[in-house]
Amino acid sequence: MSRNRRLKLQIFRVAVFLLLGAFFLVPIGAMFEFSTRGVTDTAPRTLNAWLTIAQTPDLVAAILASLGLAVLTSLGMLLLLVPTMIWVRLRLTYLTRAMEFLCLLPLTIPAIVLVAGLAPIYLWMNLNINDSILTLAFVYLILVLPYAYRALYTGLAAIDVKTLAEAARSLGANWSTVMLRVIVPNMSVAILNACLLSVAVVLGEFTIANLLNYVNLQVAIALLGRANATVSIAVAVASLLFAFILLVILSFAGRPRARVHLEDTGLPYPGAAGGGLR
Amino acid sequence: MTTAVAAAGVGTATRAGVEIRLENLRRRYGAVTALDGLTLTLAPGELVALLGPSGCGKTTALRLLAGLEEADGGRVVIGGHDVTGLPANKRDTGMVFQAYSLFPHMTAWENVAFGLQMRKIGAADRRRRAIETLELVGLGGFANRYAHQMSGGQQQRVALARALAIRPKVLLLDEPLSALDAKVRARLRDEIRRVQLEVGITTLFVTHDQEEALAIADRVGVMQSGRLEQLGPPTAIYARPATPFVAEFVGLTNRLSGIVRGGAVEVRGTRIPLVQPEVPDGPAVALIRPEAVTVTSSGDAATGPLVGSVIATAFLGATSRVTVDLGDVTVLTQLATSEAATYPAGTRVQLVLRPDPVLIAREATGATPA
Repeated sequence: MSRNRRLKLQIFRVAVFLLLGAFFLVPIGAMFEFSTRGVTDTAPRTLNAWLTIAQTPDLVAAILASLGLAVLTSLGMLLLLVPTMIWVRLRLTYLTRAMEFLCLLPLTIPAIVLVAGLAPIYLWMNLNINDSILTLAFVYLILVLPYAYRALYTGLAAIDVKTLAEAARSLGANWSTVMLRVIVPNMSVAILNACLLSVAVVLGEFTIANLLNYVNLQVAIALLGRANATVSIAVAVASLLFAFILLVILSFAGRPRARVHLEDTGLPYPGAAGGGLR
Repeated sequence: MTTAVAAAGVGTATRAGVEIRLENLRRRYGAVTALDGLTLTLAPGELVALLGPSGCGKTTALRLLAGLEEADGGRVVIGGHDVTGLPANKRDTGMVFQAYSLFPHMTAWENVAFGLQMRKIGAADRRRRAIETLELVGLGGFANRYAHQMSGGQQQRVALARALAIRPKVLLLDEPLSALDAKVRARLRDEIRRVQLEVGITTLFVTHDQEEALAIADRVGVMQSGRLEQLGPPTAIYARPATPFVAEFVGLTNRLSGIVRGGAVEVRGTRIPLVQPEVPDGPAVALIRPEAVTVTSSGDAATGPLVGSVIATAFLGATSRVTVDLGDVTVLTQLATSEAATYPAGTRVQLVLRPDPVLIAREATGATPA
């Protein structure tokens, strides 16, 4: 490739990067600008709206509730999907299509329809068992299924599950050891992805919580927006930042180990002296 | 190095091989019969290679022995114990797979130590045995490498070490060399044989590569359609194939039309005895090895049923394969390279068929080397 062509390509890449960056950052910047405005046009900028977040008990409760829901939903999703998907891939391959259909089904059902079906159940549950907002984790588990399924499916497809499982079995491992010690560590990135998607869906969910009369983060932001727009926007920016930080953590946690090629290193491998043995 | 390792107790010093018996094993997949009453006994410390084309049932046999699949009928007996109903993790077998099967998140020594941990062996012993076994396969210096930091051949050697470290009663090798390039394959093949002899473990080796099977095994079993066609030492399989299928599958074979008459077949004027004298008289196809055909010079004007022209010579090292066109059929011969050099392409030659006993294939002649 000529130098001129490489330069043009580089300029194109930078331009695309800047355009996309502007697409995402300008609205967030505008929100931040709005959330730091003074009471009047001439008043100096202030962080009052941001400081108010911690002083609004309902908002703090909603944030904690949404975080609790995110954790519960992610755990539930992992417990339900990971072993099931591994088992289907290993022993019940004929169920793959049926499982995919079931997991993707929630994408096609509007939230309002879900609520119409779930409302009587939640009414009964509120009266007879518990009316905690955390019970929303059950319905959120259904909501996150399609996203989590795709993420986990990609992770499973990237490894030779059958051979790894058979190798472990021939070495004396039982099925739980095969899953926990052999398969799961090799799909950790997929699991992190599935968790992130689940957290993102839960933190952004409004319709179901609102229709079932629960106050989660998004409902609280909507309610607050009617009384205090700047605080509402500050919370929205904060939740975006939270999701961004999660994404950054994920990208570092899921980064593959640097590959060392034999021809690059010479033999023997520097770490082979036994110092790293446990 | 290896002596020291053996002395340290990795191998035979501590364990002799056991007898393995597969008795009348049957397995079907829907309408397809993968194994049709396979019976096979492996003597203690013996290496038996199962050889055959894809779908002949060799891998199924190995997987039934490993416990990775359940048999529809028959028994698997390891060291006198019937293990037919036992799951794979209770069978005490070590297996090396065709696909690279090292656990990617573990280093080489952690992979080797995995099976030992499953057997609840203490951490210090585990580490010592893992390193010793890696040394046995010549990879002592690679203990801390991950799978992606090793070549394919090295990965398969670690997989071999992992299978051996648990000191299994039987070693199962499921085409472990097929993903490797030719040079590495030949080297690792010898390495596997060396280690197997050193450890003295009873081994079942599955392959579709005849050269591999003939080079490594004490006995070779040739399979077709879920059945064992012939079981015997490599030399017997090659020199005295029991069936036309074995003759054609193992080594190159010329298929020449002839007439069976009185316990011999007459091929282009040469009478050759039969391996199966009971073959009825009539037209037939004789299966003749290239090395049973010799070449002599012929004058340009010479004619006859075995006179033809050299059309190609393939250099194989010490020997060369010369292809001769007889007009209606091409015949392969195998000659010393120095001799083959005297017959360049286009030379008119006279072929001579050695009267070694041959097998007869009854199907219509293809008149070409198989």
